[in-house]
Amino acid sequence: MNTKVTIAGVEFQNPIMEASGTFGSGMEYSEFVDLNSLGAVVTKGVANVPWPGNPTPRIAEVRSGMLNAIGLQNPGVEVFCERDLKFLEQFENTKVLVNVCGHSAEEYIEVVERLANEPRVDMLEINISCPNVKEGGIAFGQDPKAVEEITRLVKSHAKQPIVMKLSPNVTDIKVMAKAAEAGGADAISLINTLTGMKIDVERQSFVLANKTGGMSGPAVHPIAVRMVYECANSVKIPIIGMGGISTWEDAIEMMLAGATAVSVGTANFYNPTATTDILAGMIDYLERKKINDINSIVGIVK
Amino acid sequence: MKIKETATVIHQEELASGIFRLVLETKICDYAVPGQFINIFPNDGSKLLPRPISICEINKEYGLMVVVYRVAGAGTKEFSELKLGDRVEVMGPLGNGFPLEGQKAIVVGGGIGVPPMYELARQLPGDVIAVMGYRNDDLFLVEEFTDVASDLIIATDDGSVGTHGTVVDAMRENHLTADVIYACGPKPMLKAVAEYAKEKDIKCYVSMEERMACGVGACLGCVCQSTEKDDHSHVNNKRVCKDGPVFLSTEVVL
Repeated sequence: MNTKVTIAGVEFQNPIMEASGTFGSGMEYSEFVDLNSLGAVVTKGVANVPWPGNPTPRIAEVRSGMLNAIGLQNPGVEVFCERDLKFLEQFENTKVLVNVCGHSAEEYIEVVERLANEPRVDMLEINISCPNVKEGGIAFGQDPKAVEEITRLVKSHAKQPIVMKLSPNVTDIKVMAKAAEAGGADAISLINTLTGMKIDVERQSFVLANKTGGMSGPAVHPIAVRMVYECANSVKIPIIGMGGISTWEDAIEMMLAGATAVSVGTANFYNPTATTDILAGMIDYLERKKINDINSIVGIVK
Repeated sequence: MKIKETATVIHQEELASGIFRLVLETKICDYAVPGQFINIFPNDGSKLLPRPISICEINKEYGLMVVVYRVAGAGTKEFSELKLGDRVEVMGPLGNGFPLEGQKAIVVGGGIGVPPMYELARQLPGDVIAVMGYRNDDLFLVEEFTDVASDLIIATDDGSVGTHGTVVDAMRENHLTADVIYACGPKPMLKAVAEYAKEKDIKCYVSMEERMACGVGACLGCVCQSTEKDDHSHVNNKRVCKDGPVFLSTEVVL
C-alpha cells in the first residue's frame, strides 16, 4: 500500500503532520511519539526575533474545544535554527515544515531568508492567519490583495516551497485560496483557529487576558471540512487540511474533501499519541477498503 | 519518564467541603517526586483538556498515588464522582518537583496548596515545620502533617483555628526560621512568603499555578513571568508545566 503523498515536489512518507503551535518542535512529544513515523513535523511559528506572546491566562476550555491566545511566543529564528532544527536532524524520515510569522512583510522575509540555506527545512508554512496578534498575522490573511502580495513577496525570497496558512475568519475562504494561488503559493493549509470568546459568569470577566482567542478542537471540524472542500474545488495547488482532527475518521474525511495531507492539532493535548493513532487507523481503513494508494481518495467526494 | 495510562480508582473520600482525596493505582508513582503533578482526563469527551492536579502522596510499594483536589468546575466535579474500581486516564509525572534540601525546612501550604506539601514533608531529610492556611475550621490533612512534621502551625482566614490571618502572619507570630522554605498556594500568599524569606535571608521555593493545556511544555499556554530570560523562548516567560511548577522565589515575578 502506498501512503506517500507529494506536495510541491516534497515527498512525505505519509500524510500525517501535526498542526503548528500544538507540538513545539516535536521535542516535548518525542517521549510519546516516534517523530520518524510522521509525514512531517510542523514547527511552532518562528519570527525574526524572540516574541514574548500575550499575558496569561492564555488557555480556556469550551465545549468540545478550546480557546488559545498564546500570541506566538517564540525564541526567534536564530535560537530556532541552533536548537530546534538541530534536534530535528536525527529524524531523517520526517519532513520539516517551519511555520513563519511576522508583524510586517520585512519580518517574514527576514525569517525566510535566514532559513533559506538550512538543509533540514523542507517547506515553509507562512502564518498569515494568527488571530491573536494585532499587527501582521491575520491582518495579511483577511484581505485577498494582501494575501496575494505577501505570498508573491515571500515566494520571491524563499528557497523552499511555501504553504500559505489561511484563516477561517473571512467571508469567503475560496477568495483567499485563489489569492494565495495567484501569488505563487505552492500549497495552502487550512484552517487556522476561529476567533472566539469566553466570559466567566461568576467573575463577570473575560477568561482570556487577551479577551478573544482562537478556537480549535473537534467542535470546529465540520467547518474545516467544508472549507477544505470549497478550496479544493477552487484552486489547483495542494491542500494541507486541519481543524479538529482527532480520529482517523476525521483525517480520512478531510482527505475525501480534498486535502492531500492532514495536520493533527488540539488532539495532541489530550492524546499525546494522537498522530500515530490516527495514522494506524487510516491504514486499517485503506486495507479494509482495499485501497492501494492513499492519493486515490483525495477529493473524490464531489 | 512520563506515562499516559488508564489508572484504577482504589478509594475516594471527601476530606472537607469540596475537597476530595482520590487514591489511584498507577505506574506513574514509580517515577514521581514531591511537587510534581499529574494530568487527569475527564471521561466526558466534550471536556478536552486534562486537569493538572498536584501529587499529595506517593506509595511506591503498593503502586498507589494520592491526589487531593478541590472541586472547581465540571471536570473536577466528574472526578469527585469516581468510585472504587472506576477507570480514569492519567498522564505524568509532570513538572520538576521540589529539590530536597536543608537541615530544617518550613513547608507552607495555603488552601488547595496544602496537599503537595505532604509528600514533600515526608521526604525532606531534615526537621520540618508545617504551616498550613485554611479558610475556616473545615480543615484537611491535619493528622497527616502532625505525623510527619515536628510542628504544625495552622492559620485560618476567620480565626476559628490557630492564627487569625494568613500563613505569613503565623510565621511571624512564631518567629520561624529555617534553611529553606517551600510554599504552594495562591499567588498573593507566595508573594508574601517570598518576602518573608527575603527578610530572613532564607532560600525559598514556590510552586506556581497557571491555566494549562498540554502539560508537557509544547503549547506555551501556562507561562509565568521570570526575572531572567527563560531557556525556551528567551523572553522572561517560564513554562509552569515544564520549567516549573517549582521555582526559586527569586526566579519568578510574583
